[in-house]
Amino acid sequence: MNSFLTIAMPKGRIFEEAADLLRKADFRLPPEFDDSRKLILEVEEENLRFILAKPMDVVTYVEHGVADVGIAGKDVMLEEERDVYELLDLKISTCYLAVAGLPNTKISDITPKIASKYPNVASSYFREQGEQVEIIKLNGSIELAPLIGLAERIVDIVSTGQTLKENGLVEYAKIADVTSRLIANPVSYRIKEKRISEIVDRLAKIVNQ
Amino acid sequence: MTKPFMFEKPLGMRDTLPLLYETKASVRNRMSVEIKRWGYQFIETPTLEYYETIGEASAILDQQLFKLLDQQGHALVLRPDMTTPIARVAASKLLKQQIPLRLAYSANVYRAQQREGGRPAEFEQIGIELIGNPSISADAEIISLLVDVLKATGLKDFKIAIGHIGFLQELFISILGNEERAAVLRKYLYEKNYVGYREHVKSLPLSSIDKQRLIDFVSLRGEENTLSQAATLLERETGRETLQDLKELAVQLKEFGIEEFITFDLTLVSHMSYYTGTLFEVYANQVGSPIGNGGRYDSLLEKFGWNTSATGFAIRMDRLTEALGEIKETETTVCVVFSPERRKEALIFAKEKREQGINVTIQEINALENVDAFTKAFHEVHLYIGNGGVRSE
Repeated sequence: MNSFLTIAMPKGRIFEEAADLLRKADFRLPPEFDDSRKLILEVEEENLRFILAKPMDVVTYVEHGVADVGIAGKDVMLEEERDVYELLDLKISTCYLAVAGLPNTKISDITPKIASKYPNVASSYFREQGEQVEIIKLNGSIELAPLIGLAERIVDIVSTGQTLKENGLVEYAKIADVTSRLIANPVSYRIKEKRISEIVDRLAKIVNQ
Repeated sequence: MTKPFMFEKPLGMRDTLPLLYETKASVRNRMSVEIKRWGYQFIETPTLEYYETIGEASAILDQQLFKLLDQQGHALVLRPDMTTPIARVAASKLLKQQIPLRLAYSANVYRAQQREGGRPAEFEQIGIELIGNPSISADAEIISLLVDVLKATGLKDFKIAIGHIGFLQELFISILGNEERAAVLRKYLYEKNYVGYREHVKSLPLSSIDKQRLIDFVSLRGEENTLSQAATLLERETGRETLQDLKELAVQLKEFGIEEFITFDLTLVSHMSYYTGTLFEVYANQVGSPIGNGGRYDSLLEKFGWNTSATGFAIRMDRLTEALGEIKETETTVCVVFSPERRKEALIFAKEKREQGINVTIQEINALENVDAFTKAFHEVHLYIGNGGVRSE
């Protein structure tokens, strides 16, 4: 049986590449997909429903099972540590998580401050390095923090390094490589197993070309 | 945290209002009737236990335990599961009287939330433990009982995925050579990180055949021929015995006539170290997390000084009632509203009704500000007001 499936898509940066990939794998996406403001789109002939969520929230929708599968960045998976299956590396939206700061600076011995949109990733990275730091959570334009004296280091995703360069910042360490992943809810993965395996196979063919 | 408002409860704590209470009670009743039909006996254990015994022996992560101190300063926990307390009772008392033991429970357990809400920190579990019977027939018995219990609740659309930690372990050890490396791969499976699993396998110094065996392993689920596919991954004798056990289990489940609810999934790793043999999870449509789980745990009883095998399952009431959806009320309550001078008449009527097994609410009219608003909730209303006559609606 061709059971109904809900896919959570990340809005913004990753969206276009993800939609491209789905089209290449012969999924008939609605034409209004790319510029619609609708948050839920149905493709009846494929028995699919797409929901459009903030990239950080895709894992949450999938963990709670309101979406069966989703496309989420590895950065989000590392930050959120949700109970979902990570099925396939889609190899799109390639970037990496890194530590950056002003050149030729050291972090303070007493209260080193780290600004990040990824407080969990930042905290566990510095713990592994044997350093106790204080994390300041920011929601965007993280590069501002060291420039204006809020923090000595930032932890953020870097794709081309252009933003860092333009703001006179340098990279101190790479934390992890990031690409988008196909994820699945643990119950859907078993109840809708055939459907999800088929999606994995179709996408894997394109990704591994 | 600021001082809580009067309406607030601690994170993850929930009230059960009448409608849900009735639903739960009726589901619980149907389940316990079925469990008793299979000859299992219900027991209760305390809500509070010692941290050093139950808390440490339990499979629940330390950071999920609610801990507190008693008057003497001993560390206590709110029981995080029922399997561990039952292991304590069994090892210290009941196993001296009978082996194997068949015990059942329905109790609230407590697990603190690590993140935001959306999940209860206190929830009811109904489950059974079959202690002191290491045979395959014990595994088959509890899985069949599980199916019957779920059917008794009216649930139709559910699936039980069965795995075996021994098979996975033997396959990993035979390819990788030692437990340390096997544990790394097992952790990827436990974290459900198949991308990381495949990358890790590729990075290992193994022959391409062995790498392929490890990669093929993660697709050992679902299909009808999962078990025979699994056999093709084995090289020597290791793992064959476990596989034979699973095949025997499949045969026995067929004899119980429940194969339509079963799927074999050798990639299932529900816990890093707790289960020692077969393990399973139950899934229902529309519920994002397993509604129940179980398996064989052979090293727990040992912690309480009795070296024996055990197996069991627990069903989560909250998720099961979610899967069942709204259940129509079966009980009706009759309302009798009376004025003081006709109290006696009304009370006699109410008594008669109650003796017939009907629920009756009695309410003196003087205490009601709005009669209509009050009586709206009842299916049947009898008014004993004024001079003679009964108005019923």
